[in-house]
Amino acid sequence: MAEAVQSAHDITVRPKRSKLSKALGNKALWRGVVALIGFVVLWEIGSQSKIWFGVELPWIGKVPPPSEVVDAWRDVVLLPGYWESWYLSTFRVFAGFIMAMLLGIPFGLALAVNRYFRDVFFPPFEILRPIPPLAWVPASIIFWPTTEMSIAFVTFLGAFFTIVINVLGGARNIDTRYLQAAQSMGASQWHLFSRVIFPGTLPSIFTGAAVGMGITWEVVLAGEMVSGGGQQGGGGLGFFIWSSYMGGTVAQVIVGMISIGIAGYLSSSLIRYIGVWATPWRRLF
Amino acid sequence: MANSDAPSFGGTDHKATVELKNVSKGFGEEWEHEDVIVDLSLTINPGELTVVVGPSGCGKSTLVNLVAGFDMPDSGEILIDGKKITGPGHDRMVVFQETALMPWLTAYQNVIFGPSLRGVTNKDALANEANALLQKVGLAEFKDKYPLQLSGGMQRRAELARAMINHPLLLIMDEPFRGLDAMSRELMQEFFLRLFEETGRTNLFVTSEIDEAIFLADRVIVLSNKPATVRQIIDIKLPRPRNFHMLSTTEAYEYKREAMEILHEEAMKNFKRTDDQADLMGAFAKRD
Repeated sequence: MAEAVQSAHDITVRPKRSKLSKALGNKALWRGVVALIGFVVLWEIGSQSKIWFGVELPWIGKVPPPSEVVDAWRDVVLLPGYWESWYLSTFRVFAGFIMAMLLGIPFGLALAVNRYFRDVFFPPFEILRPIPPLAWVPASIIFWPTTEMSIAFVTFLGAFFTIVINVLGGARNIDTRYLQAAQSMGASQWHLFSRVIFPGTLPSIFTGAAVGMGITWEVVLAGEMVSGGGQQGGGGLGFFIWSSYMGGTVAQVIVGMISIGIAGYLSSSLIRYIGVWATPWRRLF
Repeated sequence: MANSDAPSFGGTDHKATVELKNVSKGFGEEWEHEDVIVDLSLTINPGELTVVVGPSGCGKSTLVNLVAGFDMPDSGEILIDGKKITGPGHDRMVVFQETALMPWLTAYQNVIFGPSLRGVTNKDALANEANALLQKVGLAEFKDKYPLQLSGGMQRRAELARAMINHPLLLIMDEPFRGLDAMSRELMQEFFLRLFEETGRTNLFVTSEIDEAIFLADRVIVLSNKPATVRQIIDIKLPRPRNFHMLSTTEAYEYKREAMEILHEEAMKNFKRTDDQADLMGAFAKRD
């Protein structure tokens, strides 16, 4: 009897949660792996046998198969230019992104908490916001003295607007009861900002950062295609794709595309990871 | 458990009197102006638990906001111990509907939030009092949990602790147990009752549940439909300490019947009003 109670106790108390979530995590991981393998296999079959049931495959038939892409990659990883492209693009992305965070978070918070600031700065912001970063490329080449600065500026714009909108929305959505509670407990204006509004906006800041990070990778490519490649063989991943296209090696184009995909995934994961670490209250266990 | 060495659990020797004198409050400009409270006068006696009930949407929350100082009356005045209320202050603590614990702070950090804002002279004393309060509300083991990791009942108790550490003269409860399941709600009512009977702090408790009102109150104030004014004051003479069995006595039944009759009348007014609006809508719908 005592044993039964003991074991029942064990079942409820043991950290079954972590075991369970581990198993779930593994399952999800396996699903992902299977999906990726399935995707690559279909791609390989598709581009190897260009005609299925007497019909020419429209798109995949023209794409080099993964085996060819892997071959191209094997050649490319030996070139220092490829790695320099990684470095250059990453540097530009993070330069623009960090500037966007440094300016966007205070700007968004100021829009949220000060009516006069919002009245003055929100209308021009809203007019500039819909302009796609790509449309800024020519102007930014004219404005900025160096190519590097122009690309970083366009990257900055890509993240800036997203971050500001998220910060503004997050800060405006803070439950007034938090502010009222703090006020009745004697909070000053500064306290309301630092102890309620800022922590209350943190989750939105990280949402904006994760989305903004994705956009910077989209944008850096466009910037580099237009103005990259100043130095020999090291114009960034965007320029890498462009020059591969000009050089006529489609497999290498795909190598560049997948490289950007991986780079974007890694940087977004980094932001998410920091976000989870910085907002521990959103973990439910 | 009479332990004189124990911290005071936010208890005060002083019990405040709160007076509302001809208070009116409306919202909206000109043609869309709506009176929410009209000429409401009410005295909340020191050390009493005054419960305000009224039909839903009658302006109970507006009343809470006025007494808390989050909002100012259009006319009339609200006095606490003869001093006019001009804004929020830690002499009046609100326990909000659902929960208003800061989600980004642990239970312990939430409890010490108020004192830490105002500057703490004695950190050890604060920590001791906070821990004692958390113990008191049964959350000692959960002090490092975040609100989202606590059950609804635990959140309410943490919020009570957060209010009490500020030693308020008046505790304002705005439908605090709304959204709890029936079982937790009963437990919380009992818990809150014990707490009140121990400290005897002046208390304004707002609810839409009559049973809850009668179970807890020294006096039940029944409000009219919007615009709210005092319809009836019922003195609840059930003995203290109370228990749930008292709700099935004839006495309690009589209180309930009296309150129900008035509330029913007031709720019907609301129905009538929506009926008129429905007619207007019907007229519009039938136009072509």
